[in-house]
This record gives sequence, C-alpha cells and structure tokens, in this order.
Amino acid sequence: MADLFSKGENPEYLFWVGCAGAFDDRYKKVVRAFAKILTHLEVSYAVLGKEETCTGDPARRAGNEMLYQMQALQVIEIFKMYEVKKIITICPHCFNILKNEYPDLGGKYEVINYLQFLNKKIEEGKLIIDSASLKNISVTYHDPCYLGRANDIYDEPRSILKKLTGNLVEMHRNKSFALCCGAGGGQMFKEAEKGDKEIFIERTEDALKTEAKVIATACPFCMTMLTDGLKYKNKEEEIKNLDIAELIAQSLEL
Amino acid sequence: MTKQIIFTIALLITIGAFSYTINRIIGFFKLTRPAFPVKDFGKRINLMLTIAFGQTKIFRRPIIGFIHALVFWGFCVIIFGSIEMVIDGLTGSDRFLQFLGPVYNIIMATGDVFALLVAIAIIIFLSRRLFFHIKRFEGVEMKKITHIDANIALSIILILMISLLTMNIGYSEYKTLMGEGVVGLYPVSIFLAGFFIRGSAESFRLMYEVSWWIHILLIFVFANLLPYSKHFHVFLSVPNVFLSRLDPLGKLLNMDSITREVKLMLDPNTAFTASTTEAPVERFGVKDAEDASWKNYFDSLSCTQCGRCTSVCPANITGKKLSPRKIMMDLRARMKEKGPLMVKNGRDFNDNRSLLRDFISEEELWACTTCNACAKECPININQPTLIVDMRRYLVMEEASAPGELKAVFNNIENNGAPWQYSAEDRLLWTKDLEINVRIVQPFV
Repeated sequence: MADLFSKGENPEYLFWVGCAGAFDDRYKKVVRAFAKILTHLEVSYAVLGKEETCTGDPARRAGNEMLYQMQALQVIEIFKMYEVKKIITICPHCFNILKNEYPDLGGKYEVINYLQFLNKKIEEGKLIIDSASLKNISVTYHDPCYLGRANDIYDEPRSILKKLTGNLVEMHRNKSFALCCGAGGGQMFKEAEKGDKEIFIERTEDALKTEAKVIATACPFCMTMLTDGLKYKNKEEEIKNLDIAELIAQSLEL
Repeated sequence: MTKQIIFTIALLITIGAFSYTINRIIGFFKLTRPAFPVKDFGKRINLMLTIAFGQTKIFRRPIIGFIHALVFWGFCVIIFGSIEMVIDGLTGSDRFLQFLGPVYNIIMATGDVFALLVAIAIIIFLSRRLFFHIKRFEGVEMKKITHIDANIALSIILILMISLLTMNIGYSEYKTLMGEGVVGLYPVSIFLAGFFIRGSAESFRLMYEVSWWIHILLIFVFANLLPYSKHFHVFLSVPNVFLSRLDPLGKLLNMDSITREVKLMLDPNTAFTASTTEAPVERFGVKDAEDASWKNYFDSLSCTQCGRCTSVCPANITGKKLSPRKIMMDLRARMKEKGPLMVKNGRDFNDNRSLLRDFISEEELWACTTCNACAKECPININQPTLIVDMRRYLVMEEASAPGELKAVFNNIENNGAPWQYSAEDRLLWTKDLEINVRIVQPFV
C-alpha cells in the first residue's frame, strides 16, 4: 500500500467510501467504478482507508443514539485531524447523516452526493458521456429514500441517465412517490417483521412492470434488495441491476 | 332584543365550553417535551400559504385532493359570513359587513357558490365512506367509533351548507318580494329558488330566520365537538403546517442529553467538573405520552385519519403491522387517557400502562424502514418517523431491547467500526488490482 501514499498538497475532496463500499463484494465494484471516474476527471481526492469507520447511521436509525454519537464524534475528530472540508459520498445513508446530522455535533462540511457531483461535471462539460453503449437499452431508475424524499435529489440521476440512454422509463411509483426497497431504518440487517410479502419483491415488481433491461440504483442497500428481487423472480440473467457510477464507467470504457 | 339576548347566551356558552376544552388540552401540552425552537417565520408563512392554503400536498392525489381543496377554500370564504352572523347576532345589526360594498358582493357570491360546491363535495365524501370500499379507510385502528365520528362531522358540515343555502334563498326571496334591496349577491341561491314553490314573503322570512339559527347554532355545537373529533384538523391543520419541522425529512433531531453523556465518557475529566445539581436525567426516548414532544402531540391532534400515510407505507403495503396513522392515533388516545391523570397527580403518575406495548407494539416499531413516505404524503406535514425512532430509542437505550440481528449490528459497529463483522484492516481491499492509484489521506505536516 505504501506506493499509494503520496505526499503533497491537501486533496480537495475526501471520498467517503462507506462500509458497504469497503466490504460488500457487489458494491465494491461500484466504488471501483466511481474511483475510476474520479481519476478520469483528474479530481484531487483521497480516501480515509483503514481509518474510515461507520458513520453510526444504522445504529441511529435503530434507536441507538449513544452508539451513533460515539461513532460520529470519532469521525469528526478524524476529519478535524485531516482538515477535511469537502466530502463526496456514494451511499445515500452516509450522505444524509454527514450532511444533515453531523452539524448538530459540530461537524460542518460541504457534503456532496456523487450524483450531484457527476451531474455538475457533465453540465460543466468536463465529463463527456458517449451514449453509444446504452443507446437503445431501456433503463428504469429506483429512487433511494435517502436521496429522494430525505434530501430532494430527484433530477440529477435522471439527467445523467438521459445522457446515457434515450430510453429512460419511470416506474409508476417514482420520485417522491417511490416505494422504499425495504432496507432502510436498520431493516437491511434484520429479517423483516411478519407480513404477507417482502418489500423488495413489491419494489422489484414495480421495476419489472416497466420492462426495462437495466434497473439503475444509487444506494448499496437498494442494490442488495433489488438484486435479490431479480434473483427471486429468476430475472437476473435478463435484467441487470447496475449503479449509475457503473453505467458511466462502462460508457467511458474505464 | 330577545334575539340578541338568546344569541349572546348561546355564544357565551360556546366560548365557555370551548375555553374549558382548550385549557385542558394546553394542560396536556405542558406535560410534553421540547421539540425544536420555532424560528424562521418567513419560511413558515411560506409553508402555510403553499401547503395549507394552497393545499399542495393534498393534490398528490389530484382528484380527491381537488375535492378536498374546494371544501377548504369554501370554508375560507364562508367564514366571513359566519363572522358577520356573530356580529349581527350580538349587535342586532343587519348584514354588518355590507359597508365593504363591492367586496361584500364578491364575498357573499363566492360563499354562496362554495356552499353548493362544499355540499356536493361532502356528499361525495360521505358516499365514499358509506357505500364504497376504500382501502385507505380500513385497518385495525379504524374502529366503528372512528367511522361514526367521521360520518357525524361530515353530516354536520352538510347541514351547515344546506342551511346556508336555504338562509340565502329565504333572504333574497323575502327581500325581493318585499321590494327591498337584496344586500350581497347570491347567484346559486337565486337559481335554486327557481325550484321552490312560490311562497309568501312571510314564509321566506321564516325560512331565513330558521336557517339563520340552525346555521349559527350548529357552528357553535360543531366548534365544541371538533376538539374531541378527528375533525379537530379543521382548527389545527393550518397551525400544524405553520409549526412544521423545517429540516430535510431525512434528518433526525439530536439528543443533547446523550451528547452530554458521550462527552463525559470520552473525556472523563469533565465528570469532576460536571455539576451534580443538574436536573434529573430524563428517560431516553419515548415510552409514554408525556415523553413525546409538543410537536408529536400537536401532530396527533391535527391528524384527520385520512390514511394517506398508511397507504404509502412500504411495511403496511406488504402486510406488516405498522400503520403510521395508528401511531398518531395511539398517541392522541393515550394522552386522552393518561393526560387528565397526570394533570391531577403529577407528571410522574404511573397507571401501569404505557403508549409502548399497551398501544404500540414493538413489532410495529421494528417494521419501519424510515423511508419517510408517510411524512412526505401527509397533507398537513405530520412527521411520524421521528416518533417511531424516538420509541426505538427508548427500547434500545432504556431496555436494551432490539431484534437480535440489530444487537449484533451494534456490537459490530462498536468493535470493528462497521455493521458487518469485518476488520478495518480490510477496508482497502476494493483497491486491489485497481488500475488506478487511490490516494489515502495522511496527516499533513
């Protein structure tokens, strides 16, 4: 790893990888794709590596405020040590907590979600997407709750996807009406409470009804849930569940 | 003169009864906890104008939303006429507001049109409840009494609108037959009058008088029923929108009491300087009605049980027990039950029941995905997820109670800084064999 170190000026952005990005085998690919895009764009960024730790979000939403605050104060200390000012996140849950909740504990940063960041680069003409690779493929986008309803980010993902494909189809429940994938609020880590259906199946059915060939997601938990949903419906061969970062990296042939 | 005396007595009884109820409710509010400071009046007025007066969130269901908006806008106009009736009743004046001239004509004419529109809307609402099978109006929390409450309130509004129309018909016909000038414009009533058998001036006068009394006395009765009904939202929805939490939906409020504890833990030196005379430590999270914030309680009183929240709840849609509407109804019901006992015996009074478990089960609380679909949908900005999380906070921090898998998550976060059982040493595995160099931050000297 030593060769990865490079001394010099402060990197402009801290790329917050998140636990799913570090440990979930499927989501690691998304992180790799996004890192390649950042490098492609010659963005000055760095990651915390082994010093990164959980933001405390799953604990907080499961009611463990004590554990959340201990994690948060630790993270804020680390940020202070590295003079972190701008943070890019891919995980919407990390994004929400860093952006909206850390300020209450004294951690104030410019927190940017990767879709906002990428969309801005496209608008500035710095990220040029060749849509040839996806031109005729139909794509539907699943809004993660913590980007959409929680933070009103609906347009950036759609505007990026419209660059990638001429065939963006909406599910009947979309944007602020979008149905949760079922993983939020700590559900990712537990069995669902008793009911007559799994939420991720209900949402996968929404996606299947669009007959899109690609389900684009922007959250590690949504990805897990919808990929499971596709497997459950025996559709994982026909329909791909890809993150927007992966779609961009693909079109850039990174 | 007799009319004035009777009216004054009726009004005083109304105000007296209403003050008693409101005073009681204020007493319950005093038992609740702080939520957030109410600042940013500009933003709040803006919210009130768009969400409350513009009815923007109810338009998320365009058709039925529009019908509701007609009722709301109708009330906003008709209320001027009601105020005038009170002034006339007290002072013996006749159409006191007529000095407004052309504006008066506009107010009366729109009120007259809206009276018919609202009546039609209410008939639609009542039919939906009585004859159609609307899923949104069902659920464990929707008991028989809940439906009766809704139907009574709707019926009263219907009678109010009919009496307003007959009042206008009686008035305009009487004045016309007497050759006196009609004050104000009543297009719908004059049109409807065409369907009535021609009567004497006296019979129209009687129709006017009777309608006038029915209308105003029913308003007085209704005003006093509302605080006990789900239709309290007639009074509270506009203030509830004004008092909305202004943060993004994704944000949870910080627990400052925990921050103090955590800072003590991280820096034990401060423990010696910390004063021991501090206020007694409050229970973490929400177990019972008095642990909820004033805003939670305000939400629960404003809730009209429309069920839009529950109809979009992913947990509820897939057959789980959670219903965000039930959470709000339960808080209101529990405060109704325990509030008077606490007012009498003090806030610490224990009746061996609590909001948690006796009203809201753990299963309901653990079914929430905190997706905020309920809060987004609520036409009057009720926030259900914050209360759900506050109840989880009680379970986890006071009772150490949580589903086993979540306890494992807590352990993992505490021991290895991730919800899963992976070592921090492996956090860079994703960079392996990557064609690019990923820079890792280090202290800048």
